[in-house]
Amino acid sequence: MPNNQDNLIKELVGTYGRERTSLLPILQGVISQKNFISDFDMTEIAKELDISAAQVYGTATFYSFLDTAARGKYVIRICKTITCDMHGRKEIIQTIENMLKIKVGETTQNKIFTLLETNCLGWCHKGPAMLINDQPYSELTPEKVHEIIAEYMNNNRR
Amino acid sequence: MATKEKSKTKNITIKIDGQDISVAEGSTILEVARKTNIHIPTLCYHDDLCVAGNCRVCVVEQIGARNLVASCATPAAEGMNILTNSGKVRLARKHIVELLLSEHNADCTKCYKNGNCELQNLASEMLTRDHLFLDLVADRHYSIDKFNPAIIKDDSRCIRCQRCVRTCEELQSVSALEVANKGAHMKISTFYEHPLFEVVCTNCGQCVNRCPTGALIERTYVDEVWDALYNPKKHVVVQTAPAVRIALGEALGMEPGKIVTGKMVAALKRIGFQSVLDTDFTADLTIIEEGHELLSRLKRALVDKDPKVALPMTTSCSPGWIKFIEHTFPEYLPNVSTCKSPQQMFGALAKTFYAQKRGLNPEDIVSVSVMPCTAKKYEADRPEMRSSGHKDVDFVLTTRELAIMIRQAGLDFESLPNEQYDSIMGVSSGAGVIFGSTGGVMEAALRTVYEVVTGKEIPFENLNITPVRGTEGEVRKASLKITGTLPDFNFLEGVELKCVVANSLVYAKRVMQEVRDGKADYHFIEIMACPGGCLGGGGQPIPTSPEIRAKRKAAIYQEDMGMTIRKSHENPEVTAIYKEFLGKPLGHKSHELLHTHYKARQRY
Amino acid sequence: MSELIQRVDLIFGEYSDQKYKVLEEALKRPNDDIIKDLLDSGLKGRGGAGFPTALKWKFTAEVPSDEKYVVCNADEGEPGTFKDREILSRVPRKVFSGMAICGKVIGSNKGLIYLRGEYKFMLPELLKELDTYHEHAKKLNHNFTIEIRLGSGAYICGEESALFESMEGKRGEPRNKPPYPTTSGFMGKPTVINNVETFVNVLMICRIGPVQFRKLGTTDSRGSKVFSVSGDTPKPGIYELELGMPLFQFVDEFGDGDTKAVQVGGASGFCVPRKKFKDTIIGFEGVPTGGSMMIFNSSRSMYNVLHNYLDFFEEESCGQCTPCRVGCQQLRKGIEAVKRGEKPVLYLEQLMKLAETMKITAKCGLGQSVANSFSSIVSNFKEEMIY
Repeated sequence: MPNNQDNLIKELVGTYGRERTSLLPILQGVISQKNFISDFDMTEIAKELDISAAQVYGTATFYSFLDTAARGKYVIRICKTITCDMHGRKEIIQTIENMLKIKVGETTQNKIFTLLETNCLGWCHKGPAMLINDQPYSELTPEKVHEIIAEYMNNNRR
Repeated sequence: MATKEKSKTKNITIKIDGQDISVAEGSTILEVARKTNIHIPTLCYHDDLCVAGNCRVCVVEQIGARNLVASCATPAAEGMNILTNSGKVRLARKHIVELLLSEHNADCTKCYKNGNCELQNLASEMLTRDHLFLDLVADRHYSIDKFNPAIIKDDSRCIRCQRCVRTCEELQSVSALEVANKGAHMKISTFYEHPLFEVVCTNCGQCVNRCPTGALIERTYVDEVWDALYNPKKHVVVQTAPAVRIALGEALGMEPGKIVTGKMVAALKRIGFQSVLDTDFTADLTIIEEGHELLSRLKRALVDKDPKVALPMTTSCSPGWIKFIEHTFPEYLPNVSTCKSPQQMFGALAKTFYAQKRGLNPEDIVSVSVMPCTAKKYEADRPEMRSSGHKDVDFVLTTRELAIMIRQAGLDFESLPNEQYDSIMGVSSGAGVIFGSTGGVMEAALRTVYEVVTGKEIPFENLNITPVRGTEGEVRKASLKITGTLPDFNFLEGVELKCVVANSLVYAKRVMQEVRDGKADYHFIEIMACPGGCLGGGGQPIPTSPEIRAKRKAAIYQEDMGMTIRKSHENPEVTAIYKEFLGKPLGHKSHELLHTHYKARQRY
Repeated sequence: MSELIQRVDLIFGEYSDQKYKVLEEALKRPNDDIIKDLLDSGLKGRGGAGFPTALKWKFTAEVPSDEKYVVCNADEGEPGTFKDREILSRVPRKVFSGMAICGKVIGSNKGLIYLRGEYKFMLPELLKELDTYHEHAKKLNHNFTIEIRLGSGAYICGEESALFESMEGKRGEPRNKPPYPTTSGFMGKPTVINNVETFVNVLMICRIGPVQFRKLGTTDSRGSKVFSVSGDTPKPGIYELELGMPLFQFVDEFGDGDTKAVQVGGASGFCVPRKKFKDTIIGFEGVPTGGSMMIFNSSRSMYNVLHNYLDFFEEESCGQCTPCRVGCQQLRKGIEAVKRGEKPVLYLEQLMKLAETMKITAKCGLGQSVANSFSSIVSNFKEEMIY
């Protein structure tokens, strides 16, 4: 295994400690670095915290944002709850699907984007809304979302 | 999550179904009801485990409260007025059972637990004839993990009560099973849903003992054994472990704590085993080998001052413990006695010594064992366990499987006469019998070692070395000062032999952590993976509870007391096998057939 | 705003002239005085359940313990609610002050804010503001620190005991109650856990006094409430209004003239149809709400609305207890089957009974409320479930 992976977990453990209470911050730390938690990372965390790997897995899979499957560099989460749905969630998804040539749940071949749906993001008055990694975007229209995604694509090319 | 029982102090009065009852404060409504002989159905509740309160089948009505309350998780409080059987309660319980059935693969006639399933019992009690709700099973992609030689995990039969998860964590500190995902996708999973044989599972089977349905079951070899018995070319020998004879009756409708050794032997003979032999014989042999191993390690440490000698030495009879230490404390594998377990010693001898004596071709021998254990199935499958040149033990049956065969054979177990084990390899001592209880190996070893070292019988009344008789829920420590040694063992004069006994892997882990942290100066550690030792093994009759295990334990010590030979080294067959076949303890032949090695495994 | 609806400026009103002035004043007062003020104010928790705040604090204060915690529940996951985000971004100082006062009253020196993962983007600003708080706390000699813990996308963690489990590094599964947080909360220690808005209310009561506070709202529902208004409305957003107003007034103000129904209290709340607008009071005496008001006009299919809610719960139930885990799936599949004609209309009655069982048997407060939307939508819009 590459050395830098090893270091990430050790670093996170150094920051947050070895207690069980540190588990969530550590998992969140892995997510913010890599966008998903691999089985290797989970076993490393289990070793550091002296808990079983299944316990790490069980905890991670409880939380929607702690992905245990490989994800792209930018994870797009479209809110699917009622008011966003009423205000055009479907068009937003279609726009993104067309742009990225992937379906909901998939990751682009170049591993840059993953498109997911999620439950209420708390922007009901400004739906439809989405998160790209941690950044929320609201009052989306197909045009607006096109611009946003295009910008991410450009940023990534640079 | 789960909450531990609170300490009980003063008394309070509550009303259940119109009856005023005075109970200790802190008792749950369920406990009160049970004391009053009011039956409240339960599923996730188990006597051995923390309260989860998640199945909701035990709900009762508390007059004045808006919602029903889970009786297992709700403490009785002064003045409570409880109805356990109101219309509201009955409808709610029926709904809950129906909901469980709707996501449960209920083709009961295809299920191993058919007739011994808590969900099936509830369904029958509640007359769930026309299912109220839609079937959800078809939408699910349930999987079955059947790649393990010991335990099969079938998610389609799981009701998510989490007894297995609590068992694996609270009793065993293994946590190979954990709850994963949430909502409709919530399931009991191993790490990344890997098959059980790829993860830290020790195959102890404690989850199997507590699974209310057929989601976790032993892999059965009943049909394979019948096939062997029907094969005229095969000579089928069977060995029975010490803890089987005191529990088998439970699986055949008898009260816990009945000693059924003679009836079991009779049943096995009627089933058609050519030779019905006793694992207790190799338990005695284990004591000789392991006792000498301990003495040799002590000598190397005390006389030769060999820094490489691994002390403390731990026992090796419990295959759950072996798999546990291989995963969890691999750096301590040199400390594990190299002795095979009695089952595997028996297997190796059955296809060598026994074959010779009986003039049989080992290829024609089918060696079957009946064990209180699921981990023994895995043990028999280990590649190391072929020292006879063949698979030493071909099939391992649990106590439960033997009960199935007895029923299949149409035998009325209770009316069978008491019969005797065959010979050779059928004679045993009381020391062999107590292998079935926590502390038993320690006691048996001390009875022999002390006498080898001093030439005198160990100074305990009736040979009952009660200080090492472990109990559940603790680590038992004892020490024995050795005086009056024979010349060969002068190096032990005045030495205080420090012993420790632990059962359940959660306590095994504690002992090993002490050793690792340098906080212990033990010489000899006995560890049994299961609560109470083998008598509480994963292959024993279901249900299990502290009370049931206490009765089994009493029966084991009663059986020991009733034996004419109480010490392993006085077993005449043991003496004979050394003379005729093995030579001496730890000798070349022993090394080849009776000892083994271990493998460090990934912890995660 | 119409004359009928009074906007209030308590929560979002300006800060006191001097930073952390109200806290400073409160720290000088005896604890009993503060609890008495809270009691007199009639303040009930703003998360939705409406437990009297004064009692919660009093009980926790009375438990002897070497360690106690003050937890701010900012895991705002209820569909249609977004007021906590607004409060935390507009008046974070008021939240911190409310928590710090709680710390003093109950004898705790550790505060934790559980912020939902969806709001992680707020973290830098909040941490900056927290630094300022800690400076002031030091100046005031008040030993009470506040830390922010993040959620990671699990609605159920808004349930208080699930929130503790989550902060302890575990799956966010609700615990059995009793014991209650007042005796055994985070890390098994006595804990006060309140909603973001409640802490601000406490601060405002300290500032304006219970008498002024009581003037707002009704007997059962004192004070103001921050409402999150969304759906078919020309003016979606955040509004601080008096509690206890009749729903028809609300609809007059916020509806688009064609309002068919209002879902009060989010997906776990109740759906009120047009014909009941007149008789429905928004508040603890009527339909309680954590602040979510979702408005639907006649173009909306209530079947779709319900289906969306049930999908939500099917995913967001923690999954441990039977009625919530399986019940949600049954309700969702059940309305689908009736809609498709695979099950008779009568099956809805069967499901209504199931919904009742879910309400009275689920392990936690959220589990007990997941079927609310089902029963209120099905009983009021039965025809939409069929055709």
